[in-house]
Amino acid sequence: MLRKIRIVLAALFYIAVTLLFLGVSWRINLWLGWVAKIQFLPALMALNFAVLAGLVVLTLVFGRLYCSIICPLGVMQDIFAWFGRKAKKNRYSYSPEKKWLRYSVLAVFVVCLIVGFAPVTTLLAPYSAYGRIINALFKPLYDLLINGLAVIETRFDSYMLSEAEIWMRSVTTFVVALLTLGILGLLAWRHGRTYCNTVCPVGTILSFFARFSLFRIQINEDKCRKCSLCEKNCKAAAIDFKNGTVDLTRCVVCGDCIDKCHDGAIGFKIVQSSNRQSSIVQSSNEPDVSRRAFLTGAAVAVGTAAMAQAKIKVDGGLAEIEDKIAPHRQTPVTPPGSVSARNMNRHCTACQLCVSACPNNVLRPSTDPLRFMQPEMSFEHGYCRPECTRCSQVCPTGAIQAVRQEDKSFIHIGHAVWIEQNCIPVVNGDHCGACARNCPADAIQMVEHATSDGRTVQVPAIDNERCIGCGKCEYLCPARPFSAIYVEGRSTHIS
Amino acid sequence: MNRRDFIKHSATAVAGTSVLLTACRKAEGLTSDSNSGLTSNDSDPSQMTMRVNPNTGDRVSLLGFGMMRLPTTTTGSARENADAPIDQEAVNEMVDYALAHGVNYFDTSPVYCQGHSENATGIALSRHPRSSYFIATKLSNFSEGAWPRKESQAMFKRSLEYLRTDYVDYLLLHSIGGSSRGRDAIETFNARYMDNGILDWLVEQKQKGVIRNLGFSYHGDIRVFDMLLQWHDEGKYHWDFVQIQLNYLDWHYAKRNNPRNTNASYLYAELEKRGIPGVIMEPLLGGRLAKQPTHILKEMKRADIHATPAEWAFRYAGTPEGILTVLSGMTYMEHLRENCRTYSPLRPITAEEDALLMHLADEICNLNAIPCTACNYCMPCPYGLNIPAIFSYYNNMLTEQNVPAKRWLNGYDRAVPRERQADHCIGCDHCLPHCPQRIHIPEEMQKIDNLVEQLKQR
Repeated sequence: MLRKIRIVLAALFYIAVTLLFLGVSWRINLWLGWVAKIQFLPALMALNFAVLAGLVVLTLVFGRLYCSIICPLGVMQDIFAWFGRKAKKNRYSYSPEKKWLRYSVLAVFVVCLIVGFAPVTTLLAPYSAYGRIINALFKPLYDLLINGLAVIETRFDSYMLSEAEIWMRSVTTFVVALLTLGILGLLAWRHGRTYCNTVCPVGTILSFFARFSLFRIQINEDKCRKCSLCEKNCKAAAIDFKNGTVDLTRCVVCGDCIDKCHDGAIGFKIVQSSNRQSSIVQSSNEPDVSRRAFLTGAAVAVGTAAMAQAKIKVDGGLAEIEDKIAPHRQTPVTPPGSVSARNMNRHCTACQLCVSACPNNVLRPSTDPLRFMQPEMSFEHGYCRPECTRCSQVCPTGAIQAVRQEDKSFIHIGHAVWIEQNCIPVVNGDHCGACARNCPADAIQMVEHATSDGRTVQVPAIDNERCIGCGKCEYLCPARPFSAIYVEGRSTHIS
Repeated sequence: MNRRDFIKHSATAVAGTSVLLTACRKAEGLTSDSNSGLTSNDSDPSQMTMRVNPNTGDRVSLLGFGMMRLPTTTTGSARENADAPIDQEAVNEMVDYALAHGVNYFDTSPVYCQGHSENATGIALSRHPRSSYFIATKLSNFSEGAWPRKESQAMFKRSLEYLRTDYVDYLLLHSIGGSSRGRDAIETFNARYMDNGILDWLVEQKQKGVIRNLGFSYHGDIRVFDMLLQWHDEGKYHWDFVQIQLNYLDWHYAKRNNPRNTNASYLYAELEKRGIPGVIMEPLLGGRLAKQPTHILKEMKRADIHATPAEWAFRYAGTPEGILTVLSGMTYMEHLRENCRTYSPLRPITAEEDALLMHLADEICNLNAIPCTACNYCMPCPYGLNIPAIFSYYNNMLTEQNVPAKRWLNGYDRAVPRERQADHCIGCDHCLPHCPQRIHIPEEMQKIDNLVEQLKQR
């Protein structure tokens, strides 16, 4: 019975999280976004004490039920493990807890969390690992399906589906997601919850509380005839049938053992007189550690400017449009609500939920090793639109804090920078002004300027105080492959 | 207008409409369909209205075949799909049908269909006796590279080659009244035809019999039109025919749509008083007049339950007696069939019907559609915009009532890829001199972008 309940609940949560990361519909994000916000690590980073307390209480009462139901990476591993068990029955065996491994990984994790060393925290975090797998590997497939359906529905004069641009946001993140899926999938297939009980920091933290759980899997020695079926089917390798013990720090309360036992000798029951220790996780007040910048110099991308002008004919045809290449930014641009690049770096688990939710193709994972896979903004495919606050609404860790629509356009996340040698009026004399005309903050004016070869052209003059860094200018600048105007991030956002 | 829209539009006609029949066609025992535009009724070739050219005595069919919107091997006309090759089989089929049903005037140009129109026309027509058709082509030396005398002469010679003929029945100076970069319309005209002596050379060709009728087509700056007619009055040059834009919208309301344009009533009057036969282009405004919003369609149907909007437009354009032929760029067989029927024979517009059409023209103007005829002269936009597709989508949305924002935006993304949408217009003004309808394209792009922003920020 426990197993059946577990499976139903796990399926619901799993589907919910997957839908969030596939970006199926904004309404789903509104209704089911809370599922991301009750994940342990995000709640920890957001200092969501209510959720943390709830999860601790859950664990104190029921053991590591979280790992079987709420954590999507856990459910994913269960799916692989199920196939593994189909391939070879009774394949598991007991192994003792590897305390040294778990605690040292946890220690490293906690240190990196405090210090703000993102590559370790983002890689190890379970929920974000799952998010990346869905976002990088499966969302493109889902988008392809929707785009195909959109073509079909047009034939029936229906326009309900919004088409998505499908593009590789980061090769590194793609590879990481692929490797994660491959390695964890293989481990789960063969051994079950290896990751959860050796590496996963959330698993280790919850194990502190699970050992005192009120309800627990227990073997009834009277009924047990030592057939070993429970041990051989325990995906957490937590049951030692010979000694009749169940390692509560690793049991994920899946209930498989209960169903397997023919004699009803193992069950999920209350234990009396168990010392229940309630403790609340103290989150350390992280000191404002300023890190040395590992950033390279301020070399601005010198591009061979402007797109090749199509020879002007008068009989139709479409000019080819060269793809834009993102410029190198000295300071990354992070979305309104992230407060500063530093704050983002500290709190983000790189789950990619915001990347999935961004409707304008602005957010993408960073390839900078120190901000590994954490989102940054770039404007080749779209710009940060004034009415959109989606990333701040979905972020479960508080890396991007919620921002109201009316406030968003007053947060200065960056400032525009002009590159003379790419600018169209300078390069080929065409009259432009796209940036000035479109700037929502009225931060750009066109002024006369003498070029080095003696012509007078109109070029953009940027008011840094007004510029909010939305990227509309960079997006609409016709210069290709490198824009003639681009956004440099502000290290701390100004409201 | 593509086939799907055409069919869709016909399908909205009141159920049970029967084909527009005349007495003689009834005798053929034809079947009728609920959609008048799609019946299998073919016109009687002997009934095609013919007009006589006062100069040469040519008997020209009132329906002229415009070769600018030839079908391609993918959907859409060669106007919309720049890269798709022309479907020569379909062209041959249509040309055969046209000739078999009394059409004998074919109008092409070196620049139509990305330069492939003349060849496609030549292939199709050369399968028939030369004396059975009239070819009209043009000296389309728009680009500066074609202005030198040698180049323009070469262009004309190439036309003869492609058309597989050694004489042209009707040769036009193409779109006089247009301007170019840094030159106004008169300067441009002079650069194209006078400074290089090409106009005089064409007159020579006419004397040799290589050209039978010399004329010009007009769009744009009225001063050039007036200037050429003045030369006609002074005897400097003689125009055998003039091609003008005429339809029930542009008759009185061309200026209202766009103050830089000229009413067709003026243009026609100028030709009529000099006895110069007129050739009509844009009777349907590039197809726009074939697709009417529901309230206008209803009024048309109340007046004549069987007629389609296209038929109204063609009847109107063919009614003035001084018109030699009305050109229609027919992409699909259905268009050709219907137009043949409309003109076999023509039922001239009565005074009452004229009043109705003027009233409807007024209503159409109130829609504030962008008067783009999808001629594609503005293309390619050097910064990648798909100008005709943007305008076409915007106009289509105007004819639908109460479009929800999501539908508008999703449809927009499907009609035009994001990087080619209106927000990417930088205002370089390259397109401006090319538009025969003198639309201020960058301004219109700005207006459309403002609308899109409003919809997105709802």
